[in-house]
Formats: sequence, C-alpha cells, structure tokens
Amino acid sequence: MQAAMKEDGLRTRLHCLLFGMAAWLAAATPASAFIAYVSNEKGNTVSVIDTNSWAVTKTIKVGQRPRGIEFTRDGKLVFVAVGDDDSIQVIDVAKQEVVDTLPSGPDPELFALDPDGKLLYVANENDNTVTIIDVEKRARLGEIQVGVEPEGMAISPDGKILINTSETTNMAHFIDTATRQIVANVLVDARPRFAEFKRDKSEVWVSSEIGGTVSVIDPEKREVTDKISFQIPGLRSEAIQPVGIGMTKDGKTAFVALGPANRVAVVDATSHKVTKYLLVGQRVWHMAFTPDEKYLLVTNGVSNDVSVIDVAAQKVIKTIQVGELPWGITIAQP
Amino acid sequence: MIRWLVAAIGLSVAASPVLAADPVEIGIGYLGRAGVKAKLSLVELSAENDGVAGARLAIEDNNTTGKFLNQRFTLEEVRLNDNDDVAKAATALSERTGFIIADLPADDLLKAADALRDRRTLLLNAGAIDDRLREQDCRANVIHVAPTRSMLADALAQYLVWKQWKRWLFVVGSHDQDKLYADALRRAATRFGAKIVQERTFEDTGGARRTDSGVTLIQRQMPVFTQQAPAYDVLVAADESEVFASYLPYRTWDPRPVAGSAGLVPTSWHAAQDQWGAIQIQNRFAKLNSRHMTALDMQAWTAARMIGEAASRTKSGGPKAVSDFLKGPDFSIAAFKGRRLTLRDWNLQLRQPILLVDGRMVVSVSPQEGFLHQVSELDTLGVDRPETKCRLQ
Repeated sequence: MQAAMKEDGLRTRLHCLLFGMAAWLAAATPASAFIAYVSNEKGNTVSVIDTNSWAVTKTIKVGQRPRGIEFTRDGKLVFVAVGDDDSIQVIDVAKQEVVDTLPSGPDPELFALDPDGKLLYVANENDNTVTIIDVEKRARLGEIQVGVEPEGMAISPDGKILINTSETTNMAHFIDTATRQIVANVLVDARPRFAEFKRDKSEVWVSSEIGGTVSVIDPEKREVTDKISFQIPGLRSEAIQPVGIGMTKDGKTAFVALGPANRVAVVDATSHKVTKYLLVGQRVWHMAFTPDEKYLLVTNGVSNDVSVIDVAAQKVIKTIQVGELPWGITIAQP
Repeated sequence: MIRWLVAAIGLSVAASPVLAADPVEIGIGYLGRAGVKAKLSLVELSAENDGVAGARLAIEDNNTTGKFLNQRFTLEEVRLNDNDDVAKAATALSERTGFIIADLPADDLLKAADALRDRRTLLLNAGAIDDRLREQDCRANVIHVAPTRSMLADALAQYLVWKQWKRWLFVVGSHDQDKLYADALRRAATRFGAKIVQERTFEDTGGARRTDSGVTLIQRQMPVFTQQAPAYDVLVAADESEVFASYLPYRTWDPRPVAGSAGLVPTSWHAAQDQWGAIQIQNRFAKLNSRHMTALDMQAWTAARMIGEAASRTKSGGPKAVSDFLKGPDFSIAAFKGRRLTLRDWNLQLRQPILLVDGRMVVSVSPQEGFLHQVSELDTLGVDRPETKCRLQ
C-alpha cells in the first residue's frame, strides 16, 4: 500500500519534471518557426505569416488576382500566379518583395515545380494549355494541349508524370514529362480542381469541386480505384465542394478542404474513410503543412483568415486574419 | 476471364494516347425561329446568333474533351420562318441528329415534341420559360434547360423579402406573356410573404420603341402613371414584351427601386457574372463571338454541354444512352453557378441558381440563405414535386 503510494508520488514528480522540460524546450527552441506565404485573391497581396508568433509579419503587394503560390526548392524565392496579369511573379524571400516575372501564358492559376526545381509546369485556364517554363532561364520551353480549363497540377515524386486536371473536361490528364505527351486521360467527377500524389506514388487523389468527391487514382493502372464522398449532418450535399488536399508524408492521413461547407475533412488515407470534420473559416480553399507536420494551415476565402490545425490532435487551434479572399498557401521547407 | 479481358480492353483504350479509329460523330441540331425579339434598350438588342453562339462554344468545349475520348460533336442550325412547319422541320432534323436544342415558343415546342414522339431524338428546351411545358403539357422527350417563369419569379421574391421590401406596387403589361409572368410573381409573393399593395395594368397602345424625342415624353408619362400609389417598398413590373418596364427606373412618382422586367432582373445568366470560374467561360465566349454572353447563350451552352457530359460519362453518342444518363440519378453538370445542377426527375427541369442583375452587375444569386428545402434548396425556386401537374409519358 505504502509502496504503491510512494511509486505514485515518484511518478507524479517525474511527470512534473518531464512536463517542465517539455515546456522549457518548447519555449527555448522555436519548434514552429516557419514562414508561410498566403496569396490574397482579391487583395492583390501576399501575407507572410510567422508560425512562431502566428502573426502576419508582412504584406507584399503583387499583381492582379494572385492564386497559385509555391516556394522554390531552396526556399529563397516564392512564385505566385497573378492570373489577371497573365504572369507568374517571383518574390525574393529575403527582400520580401516582387523582383521578377516569369512568362507563364494566359491566366495562370496553379502550377507545379519538378523535383529538381528547374522546370515549372503552369495550368493556363484560358487557352486549354499547360506551359513549361525553365526557371533559371526564365523562358518558355513549350506547351501541352489539355482539356477545357486546366487547373490542378501535381508532379509524381520521381518527376516522371505530371497530372493536370481540366475543370470543364472533367479529366485528370497524365503527362509524360520526358516526351511532354499525354499518356492517359482519367474521367473524374465534375470540376476537378486539385491533384495530390501520395509520397510513395501509390495513389493520386483528385478533388472534384462540383461533383463533391475525391477520386483515388492508381497511377500505374491509370484508373479510378476508389471515390471518397462526404456527408455532414445538416448540410446539403451541394455545399460540400472539395478543393485543396494535404497528405502527411507517411501517407496515413489526408486533409481535404470542403469549400463552402466551411470544414476540412480528415481522411484515413489507407482506408479512404472520413474520420472527422474540422470546422474552419468560410469557403476553405487550400492548405500547407509546416515541415515538421505539426501544423496544417488552411486558407478561408470568404472569412479572410487562415485556420491553424494541430495535426496530431486534429483540432483547430488558431485563426489568423490575412488579406482579402485568401486562396493559396505555401510554407518553406527548412 | 471475360471480365479480366473486358477490363484490359477498357484499360488499353483509356491509356492509349493515340486513338486510331475514326471518332464517333455526335450530331446536335439547333432549331429556332428566325428574327430577333424587340427590346426597349438599344444595348440589349439581341444578336442574330443569340443562343446558337452558346451552343457553338459548347461544341468546341465538347470537342476539346472529345479528342481524348474519340468523340466528335457537330452542330446543325435550322431557322424557321413564319410559315414554316415546325413539326416537319423537327422531323427532318431528327433524321440527321439524335439531339435537338430548341429555342421555340411553347406551342411550337409541343408540336416538335409530339412529332418526334416515336423517334429517338431528344429535345432540349433552351428558350421557352413557360411553366405549362413542365406541368400539364410536359413531355417525356423534352429536357428543360431554360428556367421557368416561376423559378425566375421565386428567385426575385426571395431576395426582395430578404431585403425586407415586402410591399410591392405591381405593374403588369397587357400581353399574354406579361400576364403569365404576373401570375408567377403573384404566386411568389404569396409563397414568400410579400404583399401586392396595388396592381396596375400598362396597356400597350402600340407605337415605336425608338423615336427622336422619346425621353421627353417618357419623363412626363412615367411619374404620372405611378403616382397616388399606396405606401410601397418596391415597384415590381411584369413586362416580358418590353413595352414599358425599362422606362420606370428613376421615373417613379415615389423614390422607389424597380424590379422584375427592369431594374433588378432575375435571369439564368449575365455578362457581368464572374464568380465560380465564370470569367473563364465569359472570356472563351467573347473570344469566339466578339460579344457578351446572354442568358439564352448560356442555356444553349448548358444544353450542348449536358449532351457532351453524358456522352463522355457513357462513352456513347447514342440518344438512348445519353438520354437515360441525363434522366438517371448520376447526372449532374457544372455550369459556373457555384454548385452542381441536376434534373428534377418528375418533369425533367434543370435545377439552377438564378442571378439577380441590375444590367451592369450581379446583385445577388438565389436561392437566398434561409429558404430551406428538404431535398435541394434549388427546389425552393419554381413548382416543386408535391405541386406538379406533370405526368411524364
């Protein structure tokens, strides 16, 4: 009896010590000191968020209608597609200002960098093409004809296959990056907006905004093997409009932004079952993980803010006000 | 084994970049009357290709998709003059195409539908907004892409009620279609809790829509016509014939907004619509046709896209397969309205949000928030299943 009590006391003290150490560690090392860049579609600005203080530290003026946004592999530059200016602007992260422009083709929206960070593939919504840009030379290398209103772009981890989704054609086009030819076209549900590869290349997920589903595609067979749908009590199905997708590096958990449903679905990426819905801001668009995958930041278009999700706890812990109609988000890898 | 073989064949077709076989031809007819409708405003005069221009854009869109599926879409336009027999024209067109997009008045549409009754050709009504075509006069071979008068009226009424403009001064034109629109607006007022404080008729006494000293006279007439009204919030005008409504804004005796056929107007589409990716279709349309996209253009685009969508989903261009898919539970279409559009299975009417526009901007989109429905909020617009008089056969 006494021995047990003693042991309990010891355990409590040990817990206190461990907890104290953890708290000290957290305070001393800024475990979450990353920088997120958020494109504000209406504001014509990019908000810079410090993930240590969870505050906007800078607002950068950019061109008309910024949407797709991505860090370069070295983390020194940020590319942002300014659709109504028909170009992609280059932000110098050190200077925090626009320093250059890439020739992107008309109305660029989303784009993908190849694994080496040398080639940029841009979806041009207005003329049914994907433009290839040499990042270093700032030159257009060519174009690939795809379906009507190309939007979503994803590149396979080995860089060999580029996926482009076309919103009115309702397909995921598989493009061989070596030959720059379409090698397969996979029909998905209406208005496919975003594509994401699993790191192990076993699956590609494509969200269909109007169809209300996420298609899981086998990249080898190039066919839809499963379809994820979403039911939220009290919400009519038309309001559930999947857009951005984020997957953890281990390929176990996925997050899907559901647009005007104002929720992010948590999906078991192995079983493809929805496990939870997280209430975020209004019209949630896109998302980015911090490199340690502790946090997931999602942009809420209509409420002009970014929700911070604690990935392990699967909880929204914070909301950060940004510019007008936030759309895209990118976080630098360390 | 067979299943495996079928799967393998399907796979090889899907994965093959080069399709050697000749593409499947899918012909679509466009049947409309010649001539354009009179309008009061010079800037709103219809183009000669109003409607069919939208169908042409959809054919281009369908063909962009079709090149990946080995399908090729074509459009054949037929215009009828006053003395032409619509039944004959529809029958002749159906010899060549499995689908006909119709921009016809209600009686003509019924004649065409009945002439095609025993044929496989499917009619898509892009032009007629008459409720009776979806109710007592509904036909199993007609899919309605155009919204109904009651959908338009309900869309407007929901907004006016949301805005707390519940007292309406109601002015109705003297032509038949004005009266039909008035019926729809009266019904909408009752459904959503607005009150018509007084109703006036504007008699069409003839006269030109364009005169040299027009404004001077109108400026004297309209205040007088609208004076001595009971207290009201908004003037609602039913003037489909374009005789007077556009003269009302800024000229009412009391300073009140105008809605209905002028001022705030409910419509399926407008050149100012830029939400939900719409800027892309507006740009594509302007590039192809060098003008703005109208509601009729959009309705025809949607009709031709529905055929394209069904053809790509069913991998078939046959009217039977396409028609079955469109009428089945898996059909939905994206048409830049912020949500998927589906068919009401009881009368084959396309559910759709309705824009409220002031001529330059989109003011709002109905259904308005808070108007609830157990199946689809889009069914708060127009005649709903429990009230329908349609028996499809």
